[in-house]
Amino acid sequence: MEKKKFINNNIKIPVYLDYQATTPMDKRVLEAMIPYFTEKFGNPHSRSHSYGWESEEAVETARQQVASLINANPKEIIFTSGATESNNMAIKGAAHFYKDKKKHIITCVTEHKCVLDACRHLEQEGFEVTYLPVKKNGLIDIENLKKAIRPETLLVSIMAVNNEIGVIQPIAEIGKLCRENGVFFHTDAAQAFGKIPLDVEAMNIDLMSISGHKIYGPKGVGALFVRRRPRVRLEPIINGGGQERGFRSGTLPTPLVVGLGKAAEIAGKEMKSENERLRGYFNKFYREVVEGIPDVFLNGDKENRIPSNINASFAYIEGESMIMAIRDLAVSSGSACTSASLEPSYVLRALGLTDDLAHTSIRFGFGRFTTEEEIDFAIKTVKENVNRLREMSPLWEMVQEGIDITKIEWKGH
Amino acid sequence: MAYSNKVIDHYENPRNVGSLDKADESVGTGLVGAPACGDVMKLQIKVDKDGIIQDAKFKTFGCGSAIASSSLATEWIKGMSIDEAETIKNTHIATELSLPPVKIHCSVLAEDAIKAAISDYKAKRKV
Repeated sequence: MEKKKFINNNIKIPVYLDYQATTPMDKRVLEAMIPYFTEKFGNPHSRSHSYGWESEEAVETARQQVASLINANPKEIIFTSGATESNNMAIKGAAHFYKDKKKHIITCVTEHKCVLDACRHLEQEGFEVTYLPVKKNGLIDIENLKKAIRPETLLVSIMAVNNEIGVIQPIAEIGKLCRENGVFFHTDAAQAFGKIPLDVEAMNIDLMSISGHKIYGPKGVGALFVRRRPRVRLEPIINGGGQERGFRSGTLPTPLVVGLGKAAEIAGKEMKSENERLRGYFNKFYREVVEGIPDVFLNGDKENRIPSNINASFAYIEGESMIMAIRDLAVSSGSACTSASLEPSYVLRALGLTDDLAHTSIRFGFGRFTTEEEIDFAIKTVKENVNRLREMSPLWEMVQEGIDITKIEWKGH
Repeated sequence: MAYSNKVIDHYENPRNVGSLDKADESVGTGLVGAPACGDVMKLQIKVDKDGIIQDAKFKTFGCGSAIASSSLATEWIKGMSIDEAETIKNTHIATELSLPPVKIHCSVLAEDAIKAAISDYKAKRKV
C-alpha cells in the first residue's frame, strides 16, 4: 500500500532533483518563443519579405544574447540542434578539415559519451586519440596534458563541467597551454554555459558547445562557438543551403533559437544570485547527508565544482534500490542497474572508485526552481531510507561485525 | 524501470529480512554474488530434525529485483523440506515476479543463494 505522507502544499512529489539531465523551461523563455510559432512564422533565411526579416532579426538578437554570455562575437555563434550535434561538428568537423596536416586529438576519459563516441569514430578513420585520465577528484592533470601534446596534435577537447559529478576542469589553464602550442581547444560547455562565467578570449577557447535545455531553454537547440581570429575551419556535417556561414545548413528553428537566446540572457543576469542560493543548498545538503550520515562519500572535487550537483556514494546500498526507496525524489544513479549495460558509470570508475562504490552512487541536481523546503524534504527522505536499506544490507551487517569485505573472495557472476 | 506489482510489493514490504545465528548447528548460510557486480545476497535457513525448513531470513545488497527475488525465495522455502527447496529454479522466481530479461540474473542469484544455504547446512550436519 502506498503510504500517504503529509507534504507541504508547496512541494510537488516527486521533487525534481535531476537538473543535470534537463531543466524545465523558464516561463519567460516560453513567452519570448510563442509569437515565433504562429504570427511571426517567417523563414529567417527569406530575404524578400517582412516575414523573413522579422524572423531574421529575432535570430540575430538571440545570436547576440548567446555571444554576450561568453564574450564572443555574434558572428562566431552557429546554431545547432543541441550539444551532441555541436560536439560532433567541432570534433569531426575540425578533424576532417585538417586531416592532411594533423591527425592527433586529445580528450579525457570522463567526457560525455558523444565526445568519446565521436573520437572512437575518428580512430576508425585513422586518427589517433589520447584519452587523458583524471585524478581522484575528477580533474585532469595539466602536466599530463602538457606531455600528451605533440607536433601533430590538432585538437584538445575537454569539457568545462562534468555532467555526472559537476567538477569544473581548469579551462583557462588548458586554453593557455593549447594556444601556446598552436592546438585548437574545444570545450563541451553543455553543463557550464549559463552556470559559471565563461570568456572565450580570456580562456583561449576556440570551439565551445552549448545546450539550450540545460539552462531553462527549449530542447532541440544548441550552439557551437567557432572562433574567427585565429580562424578555426570545420568541414560541415550537414550540407545544404549554406546557412550558418556554411557550417550547418538547414532552416533555423526560429522559436527554439529565440528561446536559447532568452535563456542565455536570463542566465547572464541571474547567474550570481542563483549560484549564491544554490551554494547554500549545496552546503546544507553536504553537511546533513555527506557529513551527517556515516560512510557517504562525495564524488568529485569539493571546491572546483558547480554548486548544483552532488554526486554521492552511499556505501553498502545499491543505487537502484536507493532510487526506488527515495522515489519521492527524482534523481539519477551511476549504478549499472539503472542502465541496460549492467556496467557502473565509467566516469566514477575513472575517479578510481571501486565497482562496489560506483554501484552505490546517486546524483542529486538542484536548479533555478528548487526551494529550500524541497532541499529539507530531500535530506529527510534520504536519511530515513539509508537506515532502512542498510538494515537490509548484508555488507553493512558484515562491516558492523568488523569483517573487512574487501578481503573476501567474492565470486562474480 | 517498469517493475511488476509483485516486485514492488516485495521491495516495499520485504518478507523475512534479518539474520539467524550462523553458529547454530541447525542454520545454513548462503552468501552469493559480489559487491563489484552490484548484487550480494545472504540467505539463511533453519532446519528441523525432519529436514523441514522452519525459518528463513535474508539480507540483500542489490537492485529492487534482487531484493524481491530473495524475499520471494525465503517466503517459498519456509515449510519446505530441503530436498524440495533444492528443486526451486530461477525460472520459477523470474516468472512469478515477471522479471524483465535484464534482471534475470537476480533470480539466478536467488536460486544460488538457496542452494548455498542448503549445502552449508549439509556440510555442518554432514548429511
